[in-house]
Amino acid sequence: MNKITRSWIVNGEPREAEFAPVRRLLDVLREDLGLKGTKEGCGEGECGACTVIVNGQPVLACLMAAGQVEDQAEIVTVEGLEKTETGRILQQAYIEKGAAQCGFCIPGMIVSSYALLEQHAHPDAGLIRESHAGNICRCTGYEKIVEAIQTAAERRAGNTGS
Amino acid sequence: MKKRNFKVVNKPLRKIDAMTLALGKPSYVGDLKPRDALIIKMLTSPHAHARITSIDISEAEQMPGVHAVLYYGNVPRIVHTTAGQGYPEPSPYDTFMFDSKMRFVGDRVAAVAAETEKIAEAALKAIKVEYEVLPAVLHIEDAMKEGAPVIHDEPEARAVIPVPYDKDRNMAAKVDMDIGEFEKGMAEADATVDHRFYNHYGQHCPVEPHVSMAWVDREDRIIITTSTQVPFHCRRIVAQTLGIPVRRVRVIKPRIGGGFGAKQEIVLEDVVAMMALRTRKPVYWEYTRKEEFISARTRHPMLMRIRIGAKRDGTITALGLDCLSNTGWNGSQGLTVVCNCGSKVLPLYRCEHIHFNGTVVYTNLPAGGAYRGYGATQAAFALECAMDEVAEKIGMDPLEFRAMNHIKSGDTSPIFRALGEGREGVDQAITSCELARCIKAGAREIGWRKRKPHSDKKGRFRRGLGMACLMQGSAIPEIDMGAATLKMNEDGSFNLLLGATDLGTGSDTVLAQIAAETLGTDLEQIIVYSSDTDMTPFDVGAYASSTTYLSGQAVQNVAEKVRKQILKVGAEMLDRKPSEVTVQDSKVVEKNGEGQVSFSEIALYSMYNTNQFQIGDISSKIVHHSPPPFAAHFAEVEVDTLTGRVQLIKYVAAADCGTPIHPKLAEGQVEGAVMNGITYAMTEQYLFNDKGRMTNPGFGEYKLFTLRDLPEMKTILVPSYEKTGPYGAKSIAEIGINGPMPAIGNAIYNACGVRLRSGPFTAEKVWQGLNGNLPEVKSE
Repeated sequence: MNKITRSWIVNGEPREAEFAPVRRLLDVLREDLGLKGTKEGCGEGECGACTVIVNGQPVLACLMAAGQVEDQAEIVTVEGLEKTETGRILQQAYIEKGAAQCGFCIPGMIVSSYALLEQHAHPDAGLIRESHAGNICRCTGYEKIVEAIQTAAERRAGNTGS
Repeated sequence: MKKRNFKVVNKPLRKIDAMTLALGKPSYVGDLKPRDALIIKMLTSPHAHARITSIDISEAEQMPGVHAVLYYGNVPRIVHTTAGQGYPEPSPYDTFMFDSKMRFVGDRVAAVAAETEKIAEAALKAIKVEYEVLPAVLHIEDAMKEGAPVIHDEPEARAVIPVPYDKDRNMAAKVDMDIGEFEKGMAEADATVDHRFYNHYGQHCPVEPHVSMAWVDREDRIIITTSTQVPFHCRRIVAQTLGIPVRRVRVIKPRIGGGFGAKQEIVLEDVVAMMALRTRKPVYWEYTRKEEFISARTRHPMLMRIRIGAKRDGTITALGLDCLSNTGWNGSQGLTVVCNCGSKVLPLYRCEHIHFNGTVVYTNLPAGGAYRGYGATQAAFALECAMDEVAEKIGMDPLEFRAMNHIKSGDTSPIFRALGEGREGVDQAITSCELARCIKAGAREIGWRKRKPHSDKKGRFRRGLGMACLMQGSAIPEIDMGAATLKMNEDGSFNLLLGATDLGTGSDTVLAQIAAETLGTDLEQIIVYSSDTDMTPFDVGAYASSTTYLSGQAVQNVAEKVRKQILKVGAEMLDRKPSEVTVQDSKVVEKNGEGQVSFSEIALYSMYNTNQFQIGDISSKIVHHSPPPFAAHFAEVEVDTLTGRVQLIKYVAAADCGTPIHPKLAEGQVEGAVMNGITYAMTEQYLFNDKGRMTNPGFGEYKLFTLRDLPEMKTILVPSYEKTGPYGAKSIAEIGINGPMPAIGNAIYNACGVRLRSGPFTAEKVWQGLNGNLPEVKSE
C-alpha cells in the first residue's frame, strides 16, 4: 500500500510521519515517532493503556488507523503532559496518592484524566468513573487512582480560580 | 502496641520509580526493543490432544525476511518444568521446548523469527502440519478414570523430588495429611456440613502481557531482558532447557507491567534465547492478549469437598478438605499450590481432628501456575462458606463462631509442621495476630450489627452481609533465600543491589526504606538496582509473599554490617572508640560530645585517605518462620430477586501485616488484591467449547471491573509487630485476593438464601437458585 505523509502537532511540537494509512496510530507513535510512553495491553480496544488525545478527544491508539488522523491534528500523549499545568498537577497527584503500582496502565489512565479535567473543571464522582471506564488497572483496585484524580481536580480548580 | 519511632519505615514516602512511571518514560521490555530486533511468532496447536504426524517448515524457512524456524526437530529435547521455583523443583519435569505431542489448544508447534510481524505471521501460515487427533481429557473428574487418555506418555516425564507422581493415570502430584481422628471428630459433632465447591478457571491479566527479548553479546553470552518475577530461576531453567552452562546466560528484569504470579514461570524465555543463538540477532517476543489467555498460566481450578463438624457450644470437632486440582497440560506449581490449600488455610481455626488431601491431575486444558493467593484462594472459598453453613446449623452468628475459634498469638498448629511446600513444613508459634481487632474494625465499618437472617427479608431488592477470615504466610521457611549488596559512595549515598524483584508492588522502595532506616539516612540516599543476574546477588524472586519479610531481612542484615563499618571509620576520624559514637541523620556523632562527621566525609576518607577500603558488604537470609498475615473481609451485596443480578455495594478489608513498611503501598496491595478477587468472584470466567478451546480470550468477553464498576471500598490496616520480621513487618501482597469469593458468597446467601458453591456469581446462577433449580457443582 502506498505510504502517506502527515504533519501533526504532537505534544505541542510539529512532527511529520510517513506510513501506510492503515498502520495503527499506536505503532506510528511508538515505533516511528519514538514515543514509547503509550502502551499496548490488549490490542483490541478494551484495556485503555493506549489512550491518547487527538484534537481534544481521548481515543484508543490501538484501534485507530493513523491515516484517520488528519493533517495538522493535535495529538497529546503521556510524554506531553509534563508541558501542561493540568498534566503536571495530575502527575504530582498520581505520585502522591500512590496511584501507580506497576505503572503500565498509567500512561493511558492519566491521559484519560487529562482529557477529563481539560473538559470539566469540577468533575463529580460519576463523571470520573465514566470517563475512566475504558481503562483497566489490575494492580491498584482503582481506589488510589480516584483519589489522585479528585485531588488533581481540586488543585487545578484552586489554581485557576474556576 | 508500643509506639516505635521510625524515621523512614512506616512512612508513605514517594515510591522511588513513581515519577518515571507517571511521566511515561521508557521502562518496560517493549520500550527497550532494538529497532532491528526480529519478531517471534508462534504457531500453536488447534487440537487439545494430538500427535504431529508430519511437519514441513521448508517453505517458511525460505521466505524472504525469515531468519529461523524452530520446532521439535531442530532444538534440544530436554525435559524440564516451566515453574520458576527453587532447585530441585517441586513441580514435575514434563515439558520440552518443543514436542511432537500436542497437549492443549495453544501448545507450541513451531516458532518463526522474521524481520517484521507480518512476515512472521505469513511464515506461520506456510508451515504445513498434519495431526493425529487423540481423545482428550477435558474435565477434571475424567482425568484419573480407568482408560482415560494418557497426557504425558513420554518416557522422560518424572517427579524430581520424592513425591507421588503417576503419569500413567494423569496424576501430577498428591499430598495427604491426617491429624487426630477425623471421623471420630465428625461423630462427636452436633452439626456437620459436607459440600462440594468448585473454583473456576481465572487468569492474572497483567496489563502488560508476557514479553521477552534476547541477543548474543560479543562474549557469546545470551542476554535476556524479560518481564519476569524470577530472574535467577529463569537463568537456571533457560540454561537447562538449552543445554548450556548458567554462565552463558544473563537475565535482566526492567520495570514490569504486573505479574501476580503469571511471570513466576518460564513462558517465553527459552524460545527467545534459542532464537537469539540460532539467528545471532536481537529477537523479541510478546504475547498478544489472546495468546496470554490461552497459552500463559491460570489459577489451578479445583473441585473441593469440605467437611466440618461442630458442637452446639461452637467448638469445631473436625475439619476436612479434599482438593482435586486441575493443573492442565503441565504440572507447573501443581503440588505446591495444592499444599497451600491445606497449610495456608486450615491452621486458621483450632481443631484436633483434621483431614486433608490434595490430588493434582493433568488435563488437556490451559496450565495452572502461580497466582496470587496460590491455593489459599481456592481453599478459603470452600472453608469460609462452610464455616457460615455450620454456624447457621448450630445457631451461632458466623462472626462470633469465627472469633471464638480462630488462631491467636501464642498458638501453634500441628499443620505448620505437617505440611510445607512439597515436603514437611516447619513448626512455628504465632507471634503476632491481630485478627480479633481486624474482625471488630471490619464489622463496625460494614454495620454487622444490623445483619438479619435472609428469611426476614422481603421485596424485590434484598441486601445481605457476609464475611470471611483469612491467613497466608510470609516466604517459604528453610527454603527461600534472598540476598542484598550495599556499598557506599563519596557523597554518602549507597548502591543497594537486590536480587529481589519489584513487579510493580513497590518492593524496591520498601527495601530501600529498610536500608535507609538501618543506616540512619534518607530514602533519597539509596540508589536501588535490582534483578540482574550478572550484577545483583541471588534472590528466589517475587513469590510466596516473601519480599518484604525475607529480602527485607537480607537488606536489614547488610545495612547493619555496613553501619558497623561506617561507625568504625567515623570513630577513627573522631579519634573515638566505635562504642562511643552512633549514626544519626547521615552522620556519625559522638554520644557524649560535639564531634561529628558526615557520611560523605566518611566515604571520602575511606576511599582516598587512610586505611582505604570500600565500605560495603553482602548479606543473605533464609527464614525459619513464615508468620501469617491475617485479615477479616466483609461484603454487602444487593440481590435483584427478579433477575438474580448481584450488585456489590461495599467491601471492607481489615488486614494485619505487622508493621506496614510503606502504609500506602501496603494499602495498595490490599486494594489491588481485593479488586482482583472481586472480579474473579463476579465476572471472570473461561468458557470452553467441547474441543477444549477457550472461546472468550479477550477483555471484551472476559470481563474485568473498571472504575465504573467500583463498589465502595474500605481498607483498614490493623498494625501488629512481628518480632521476627524487619521492623516488625510481615507480608501483605497475596492475602487480600482470598476474601471476595467467600465474603460475597456469604453475603448473597444472607441476602436471598441462595448458596452458590461455584463462581462467578452470575445473575443466571442466583436466579436458578431462587427458583430452586441450581445445577450441581461441576467444572467448566
